[in-house]
Amino acid sequence: MTIDWSAFTPWSAAIGGVIIGLAAALLVLVNGRVAGISGIVGGVLRPQAGDFVWRVAFIAGLVLAPAACALFGAVPAATIDAGFPTLVAAGLLVGVGTRYAGGCTSGHGVCGLSRLSPRSLVATLSFMAAGIATVFVLRHAAVT
Amino acid sequence: MALLISFAAGLLFGLGLLVAGMTNPAKISGFLDVTGKWDPSLAFVMAGAIAVGVVAFALARKWTTSALGLPMRLPHNRTPVDARLIGGSLLFGVGWGLAGFCPGPAIVAIGAGYAKAGVFVAAMLLGMGVFELLEHRRAKHHRRHDEVLQ
Repeated sequence: MTIDWSAFTPWSAAIGGVIIGLAAALLVLVNGRVAGISGIVGGVLRPQAGDFVWRVAFIAGLVLAPAACALFGAVPAATIDAGFPTLVAAGLLVGVGTRYAGGCTSGHGVCGLSRLSPRSLVATLSFMAAGIATVFVLRHAAVT
Repeated sequence: MALLISFAAGLLFGLGLLVAGMTNPAKISGFLDVTGKWDPSLAFVMAGAIAVGVVAFALARKWTTSALGLPMRLPHNRTPVDARLIGGSLLFGVGWGLAGFCPGPAIVAIGAGYAKAGVFVAAMLLGMGVFELLEHRRAKHHRRHDEVLQ
């Protein structure tokens, strides 16, 4: 294991993390809701009276975040290496997987671990292990 | 008011992801590439978020209603670990590793104008739709099964 010092951004990562934590705190303490994004989005596909608009409002906030970010400075660029077929396959897997798991990086990884939930710990270890294995196969086990 | 808070929480969450660099799939892949050149940033993001989250959720657990008087909807910690949890998480992890996107960052990246993020989110919604369909079928099957037993 070698650390990629040129890519490693500990300060902005930790500060961004604290902001994410504050967002989750705001939603749970004021609205009584867990900031689990796959669950919030999934609930939109299962519309129920009185349980729909807040989800759309949260998602609208996410979509408008880059515009808000642009008021303060440059919006960080993204490098998306995956091609069209990979993006489709990945999206399908993330969609089905997060719903069966009852959460993703935010619901299990951030909120669940903050709640000290054993289920969320198992989920987080599982998706990290699968993600690590997948990147290993993509980057280091390719047949040449 | 609750709607405004939802919007603000989404906005803040998205800003946090942007500041943290998590809307960039290259940084996610860099974190998952533990045997190559490893970028530990994601661990710092989680540590920062959980440091705040632990305090917030400890408070939330003590409150019977939210600050706006809404019901506290927290999951039970006693729900057992099952195959759905582990299987679903493994599928999610494979997708996460393939594209470097999870749901939140991909939605934020749409707002930043990345069409590829739109492709990912469209497929993700389709995947979630498939789950709803399968769940609907399962519920129907169970109901029929119960009727037979009666």
